[in-house]
Amino acid sequence: MEKVVEIKNVSMNYHTMQGETQAIRNLSLDIKNGEFVSIVGPSGCGKSTLLSLISGILRPTSGSILVDGEPVTGPSGNVGYMLQKDHLFEWRTILKNATLGLEIHKKLNKESLAHVEHLLDEYGLADFKHHYPKQLSGGMRQRAALIRTLATNPDILLLDEPYSALDYQTRLAISEEIWLIIRKEKKTAILVTHDIAEAVAASDRVIVLTGRPAEVKNIHEISLTCDTRTPILCREAPEFRRYFNDIWKELDIHVQ
Amino acid sequence: MYNENISKEHLEYIRKQNIKKTAIRVCQCLLLIMFFVLWEAAANLRWIDPFIMSQPTRVLKTVASMTSDGSIFTHTGITVLETIIGFLSGTILGTLIAIVLWWSDFTSKVLDPYLVVLNALPKTALGPIILVWIGGTTGSIIVMALLVSIVVTILNVYLAFESVDEDKIKLLTTLGAKKPQILTKVILPANVPAIISVLKVNVGLSLVGVIVGEFLVSKAGLGYLIIYGGQVFKMDLVMTSVLILAVVAALMYLSVNWLEKKLTKMR
Ligand SMILES: Nc1ncnc2c1ncn2[C@@H]1O[C@H](COP(=O)(O)OP(=O)(O)OP(=O)(O)O)[C@@H](O)[C@H]1O
Ligand SMILES: [Mg+2]
Repeated sequence: MEKVVEIKNVSMNYHTMQGETQAIRNLSLDIKNGEFVSIVGPSGCGKSTLLSLISGILRPTSGSILVDGEPVTGPSGNVGYMLQKDHLFEWRTILKNATLGLEIHKKLNKESLAHVEHLLDEYGLADFKHHYPKQLSGGMRQRAALIRTLATNPDILLLDEPYSALDYQTRLAISEEIWLIIRKEKKTAILVTHDIAEAVAASDRVIVLTGRPAEVKNIHEISLTCDTRTPILCREAPEFRRYFNDIWKELDIHVQ
Repeated sequence: MYNENISKEHLEYIRKQNIKKTAIRVCQCLLLIMFFVLWEAAANLRWIDPFIMSQPTRVLKTVASMTSDGSIFTHTGITVLETIIGFLSGTILGTLIAIVLWWSDFTSKVLDPYLVVLNALPKTALGPIILVWIGGTTGSIIVMALLVSIVVTILNVYLAFESVDEDKIKLLTTLGAKKPQILTKVILPANVPAIISVLKVNVGLSLVGVIVGEFLVSKAGLGYLIIYGGQVFKMDLVMTSVLILAVVAALMYLSVNWLEKKLTKMR
């Protein structure tokens, strides 16, 4: 499969008056087209930083990042980024929130609007287009946030703990839904999570990072035997436990 | 919450709350009526000197004569107009300057101590200077009203701009937004309520500026009537003007309140 993201010897240092923080050190990683990859690592190790670098809102101190073979120079419509909270704007309707990216890229026209409306219809928000965010449940809001990300039609989705603000039940349900949407829309996804089970259940590969500064500690190719490949069903797979334990042990060393 | 068979207890609770509400309203009205009745009685019984303290019937007579010659409308109108121009320009200009400060962190840091000092300075002290510089015109009065409200506006609106959630800005950045879009898509819309609440404060502040301005310029308006009445010892005129001012201030505040409700309902 072709590589859509290539991270080559990337290091990232933050500078503040309090001092210098090395967040990422000499990290290399490739992501293939259509893959669902999860990144796990100890708190504060540099996971969000890595996503920000891929999205182009931060520039690495050294090394290079290529998306679709092109060096990243800034945010582009080709990479969608979903943050931890939905950050829907309470003064905009769901439809208006969903078209925000298109407005910014000045690509809001009949076709793109129809595309967004189609996504909203398709993913259960048809009746809520003209509602305001506070009228929606947490799960629906997260779906709306995903559609806002999908509106500019990115090939790559970056998800930074997108469900962690939700309660456990909603979280299971919405992570399943969003996984299905991502698969259906044939996107490449990079998910940062603290939840090992979620990572194993959803991913083709799980990348374990070391403590700060982040380096790749290990990469797990996940292959689960289950009839239908969806996160919830695959939690029943016999291999699930083993992956979980392996990753948990790798993380645990660094928590101590 | 609203089930079909509301319990007796709940009915009783609602009844008590309603009684309390009515009682409060009645007391509020009574207080006002009693104030005027006492004032009138005190003047009639010569407990107070009506020449110095005026009295409600004299106020009414003044209102009647001012209505018949139309002067009540001109003076009130002038004060209201100046105040409106004052608080609108104070709010708009203040917000524009706040945008500049938000845009350039460097400028805001440089100007910070000056704003703090200007904020602490009682702006009415500048009245005579403005009068000399601009002259005894409506212009002076409006500048006065503007000065009283602008610094507070700048500080409050800038603070509100700065307290917009960093992650909302990050979200826009991930969508490719640059500074102008961050301003128009999140900073301004997120702060409509903050700007309206500043507007509300500015109604009162600007009225202070207008009255002080009218004292100084002394040509027209309720402030002029008050100072003129004081000088020629027409206390009826002074009291009447103060009462009209109270009504005008309340009405303006209520209209901005109403505007706020309208605007926040839209979101
Ligand atoms: N803007 C910044 N300025 C200075 N240091 C920063 C900045 N952003 C992050 N850091 C530091 O860089 C390190 C990595 O941060 P990052 O947010 O990437 O970690 P993370 O793995 O996403 O953490 P978490 O698990 O808490 O989400 C942390 O030590 C953090 O304090
Ligand atoms: Mg993070």
